Amino acid sequence: MRALPLALRRWIDIWLYQLRGPQPGPIVLGHRRVYILPTSHGCIFFLVLVLMLAGSVNYSLALGFVLTFLLAGLGVNGMLYTFRNMANLRISTGRARSVFAGDAAEFPLRIENPTEVDRAALEAVSSTGHAYGFDVAAGTDTLAPIMLATRSRGRLAIGRVMLRTRFPLGLFRAWTYLEPDVDCIVFARPETPPAPLPAPTGERGEGSASALGNEDFAGLRAYHASDSPRRIAWKADAQNRGLLSKVFSGEAESELWLDWNALPPTMPIEARISRLTRWVLDADAAGMTYGLRLASQVIEPAAGAGHRTRCLETLALLPQ
Amino acid sequence: MTPRLDTRNVAWMALSMALVTLPHVERLPVWITALAALAIAWRLYLGWKGGQLPRKWLLLTVVAGASAGIYVSFGTLFGRDAGVALLVVMLTLKLLEMASMRDAMIVIFLSYFVVLTNFLYSQTIPTAALMLVGVWVITGTMIGLQWREGALRYQETLRLSAIMLAQATPLMLVLFLLFPRVQGPLWGLPRDAFAGVSGLSDSMSPGTLSQLSLSDAVAFRVQFQGEIPKPNQLYWRGPVLWYFDGTSWHMGMTFESATPSYAPVGTGAAYSYTVTLEPHDKRWLFALDLPAKLAPESRFTTDFQMLANRPVRSRTRYEMTSHTSYRLGYEGLSPYERRRALQLPDGYNWRTRALALNMRNAARDDEDMVKQVLAMFRTQPFFYTLTPPLLGDNPVDDFLFNTRSGFCEHYASAFAVLMRAAGIPARVVTGYQGGEVNPIGNYMIVRQSEAHAWAEVWIAGRGWVRVDPTAAVSPLRVESGIAAAVPATDALPLALRSNSEWLRQLRFTWDSFANSWNQWVLGYNPERQYWLLSRVGLDRATSQTLALILLGITAFITCIFAVVILRRLHRHARDPVVAIYARFCRKLARRGAQRAPSEGPADFADRAARRVPEAAAAIRAITESYIALRYGAGSDRAQVRRLKRLVRELQ
Repeated sequence: MRALPLALRRWIDIWLYQLRGPQPGPIVLGHRRVYILPTSHGCIFFLVLVLMLAGSVNYSLALGFVLTFLLAGLGVNGMLYTFRNMANLRISTGRARSVFAGDAAEFPLRIENPTEVDRAALEAVSSTGHAYGFDVAAGTDTLAPIMLATRSRGRLAIGRVMLRTRFPLGLFRAWTYLEPDVDCIVFARPETPPAPLPAPTGERGEGSASALGNEDFAGLRAYHASDSPRRIAWKADAQNRGLLSKVFSGEAESELWLDWNALPPTMPIEARISRLTRWVLDADAAGMTYGLRLASQVIEPAAGAGHRTRCLETLALLPQ
Repeated sequence: MTPRLDTRNVAWMALSMALVTLPHVERLPVWITALAALAIAWRLYLGWKGGQLPRKWLLLTVVAGASAGIYVSFGTLFGRDAGVALLVVMLTLKLLEMASMRDAMIVIFLSYFVVLTNFLYSQTIPTAALMLVGVWVITGTMIGLQWREGALRYQETLRLSAIMLAQATPLMLVLFLLFPRVQGPLWGLPRDAFAGVSGLSDSMSPGTLSQLSLSDAVAFRVQFQGEIPKPNQLYWRGPVLWYFDGTSWHMGMTFESATPSYAPVGTGAAYSYTVTLEPHDKRWLFALDLPAKLAPESRFTTDFQMLANRPVRSRTRYEMTSHTSYRLGYEGLSPYERRRALQLPDGYNWRTRALALNMRNAARDDEDMVKQVLAMFRTQPFFYTLTPPLLGDNPVDDFLFNTRSGFCEHYASAFAVLMRAAGIPARVVTGYQGGEVNPIGNYMIVRQSEAHAWAEVWIAGRGWVRVDPTAAVSPLRVESGIAAAVPATDALPLALRSNSEWLRQLRFTWDSFANSWNQWVLGYNPERQYWLLSRVGLDRATSQTLALILLGITAFITCIFAVVILRRLHRHARDPVVAIYARFCRKLARRGAQRAPSEGPADFADRAARRVPEAAAAIRAITESYIALRYGAGSDRAQVRRLKRLVRELQ
C-alpha cells in the first residue's frame, strides 16, 4: 500500500514539477514551472467578498457592489502579480564548501533577475526546511544560501530547493521546486577526545638527531616517550592538540603513516574513519608530513592544504 | 512565515482604521469613539516603546464591558447601528491582540468590511471618495505586511496599491454592469436599517413639517419631457389625511382602488416627466397633482395617493404623466366618505367650531365660506414662520385666536377644521410644493424643505377642490419657495439661503453631478441592467447565457491584464548607459558616421571625429565617459547624468 503514494509522488514530481532528477546548469523559471494557489488568507478574503456581496444585495448598496467587485479585481490582479514576482528568474548554484558531519552545509544559490521587474520578498527553502528571504531588483542578482544540516560523511546533494513568494498581497502563494545538480563532500566527524598521533616510522638514531641540530624550528610532530621534555610543545598541548614535540631543521625527516590496519582490530569502521580524520587534521595542523594507508589504497606522505583535502575526501568517500 | 509586524505596519493599520471609521464617529456614542481611539493610541505606544501586548483576560473583560455598553446604548446587539458599534470596538481591540500575520490579515479584511458599513448610511460622492482613499491605504497596508522584514518601503507600497487598484477597475466595471442583479433583501433587514431616512409621515401634528423644512436633503428629482409647470401648479401629492383627533391628523383607513378616475379640464395639457425618488422607507410615490397613470408596481387609493407595493428603500425611478387642471369626484360623495370628511373630535377646539358656524351663516354658500376663511387669513394678522410658539390642548383654538403664527401645517389644519365645523367636507393633503430647476442638466430638484400641507374641500358640482391656505398668508411661499417666505431670522438650510450667484451656480453644478451619480451609479438596479442588456439585444437571453457571457468577458479582461502585467517579464532590463550610447551613435549616423557592428568605441570615436571635426571634442569626451562607465569600476548617477547631458548637447 505504501507503493501507491510513492508512485503518485513520483508522477507529481515528473509531470507537475518537471523534476527528472538533478538538473545541471542554470535553471530558468519558465511559466510552466511556477505554481500558484491561494493561501489560507486568500480563502478568508474570498469568504469576506462573498459576505460583502450578500450584504450589498440585501441592502441594495450600489457602492457595496463597487467595493466588492473592485476587491475581486484586486484579488485577480494579485494572483498575476504574485506569479510575476517569481517567473523568469534564472537560478544557478555554486559548489558548497566541504564541512564536517554535524555542521551545516551552505550552498550558494545565485538568483538572477534579467527582466525589468523588481522582485521582492522571495524565500528559498532547503529540503531540511531552512528558509532564507531575499529581494532581487530588476537587472541584478543576489545570493541565497541554502543551508542543509549534515549527519553523516559522504556526498551530499543539494536536494530539492523550493522557491516561494506571497508578494504583493499575501492572498496567493507562488512556488517552484528545483533540483540543481550540485553537491558537497561531508567529511567524517573527527574523533573527540583526540587520540594521540601514532609514532613516525623510519626514524634514524636518537643521537644523530639531537646532534644534527637544535637550531631552527621546523615544525611539530607527535611526542614519543623518548623525547626530551624540553622539546614538548606545551602551547599546542594547551590548545588540546595532544602532546607534540618540536622538530628543528637538520633533524632527520620522519615519515608519519596514518595506517588503517594499525588500529585495533575490534574498532568499528566509522570509528576508524573518525580517528584517521582527526589524525589528518592534527598532523596537518602540526605541519607534519604524513601518509594515509587504507585497506584499499595508499596516499603517499606529503604536506599542505591540498594533501589534507585529498586525505579527508578519501576518508569521507570510503564505502559505508 | 514569520510575522512582520513592525511599528510602521501597525501605524499604517491604525491609519486605515481611522480613515474608515471616521464617518461613523458622528453616529456612534462618544464612549465608543473614545474607546477606539484609546485602543489605537495604546497599540501605537506599545509598538513605539516595544512593550508587551495586554493580557487576554484584560481584553476579554473590555470586550464584554463594551458589548454590555452597546446593549445598554442601543437596546440590542444586532441591527445596523449596534452592529457597526460592535464592529468598530472589535476591530480596534483586535489591534491590541494582534500578534501574528494571520491576526494582521484579519484586521485588514475587517477594515474592508467597515468600508462597506459606511455605505449603509451614505453613498454620496464625498463618502465614496473618502472610502476610496481608505481602500487605497488598507490595500497599501496589506502589501506592506508582505515585505521582508526591514525592506518595507511605503512610497513604493502605496504606489503599487494605487496601480493594482487602478488595474482592478475594468473588471470591477464589467462585474458591476453585468453581474446578475437581484433585488434585495435576501433576508430580513434589521428594524433600524432605514432609520434616519427623512420624509413625510402618515400623520401630521404641529411641528412635523417645520422640522422637515430644515433638511437640505433631496426628496426627489424630476426630469420634465416638455414644458415645466408654473410654480403655483407644482403640488406634489403625497399622504392624504382624513382623521383628526383634536391635535394631530392621521390617514385613517385607506382604500385601494383599481382605477379611480377624474376628468382633465381645459386643453388637456398633460405634463410628462420622470421622477427619481430618494428612498424614504414609506410607500408613497409622489406625482404632480393629479397623476394620470400608475407607476409600475404600485396602486392608487380612492383619494389618489399612489402607493408602491413595497416601502421605497432604494432609489426608484418612474415615468409619470399628470394633469394640473382636473375635476375630481364631482359626481358625488358617498355617505361614508362624507362622514369621514366631516369627522371632528368632540370636546376640542370649541371656539373654532363656533367661529365656523358664524362664518357659515354669514356666507352665501360653501364656496363663499372658503373665500371668507382665506380672506380672514389674509387680512388679519397671521404670520408665516418656521418657529411658531407652542400650542396648548386645543391647538386650533390656540392658533386661530392667540398665536396666529405658524407654518403650512397649522394653516392647513386650521382651515380643514373650520371647513368641517361649517359642514363642508374637507381633508388635508401633504406632499411637496415647488421645486428648483437646475439649469445644468435641466431637471428639477425637490428637497425635503419643500414639504408642504394643503387642504381639499368638496364643493357640490365641482368635486374636490384644492385650497392652499398658506398661499393666502404668504403668497411668496407658493410663488418663490420657502426661502422667500420665511423671515430672515428663521433658521433655514444653507442651500436655500444662499444669495450669491456663484454659490448657486456651484450648488447647481454639484447637484447635477450628484444626479448623474445617482442615476448611473447608485440607481443601477435590476431594471437598469435589463434596459442595458436589451440595448445590446440580450434581453431574452437566459440566465445561463448571461452567466457564460459574464464569465467570458471576465476571462477576456483577465487575459488582457495577464498580457499587460506579464509582458514586462520578457523585456530585459537595459543598462541606461548603453541606451545613452545608442542615442549618441544614432546622432552621429545622421551626420554620416555609421558605427560598424565590430567597431570598438575608441576606434569609432577616432573615425567619427575625423568625419565630424567640429564636434571632435564632444565625441572624445562622450566616448571617454562611456568607456569609464561601461567598463570601469562601478558608476554613479551623477556621471550617468553627465553623459546624458553631453549626448543631448551634441549637435
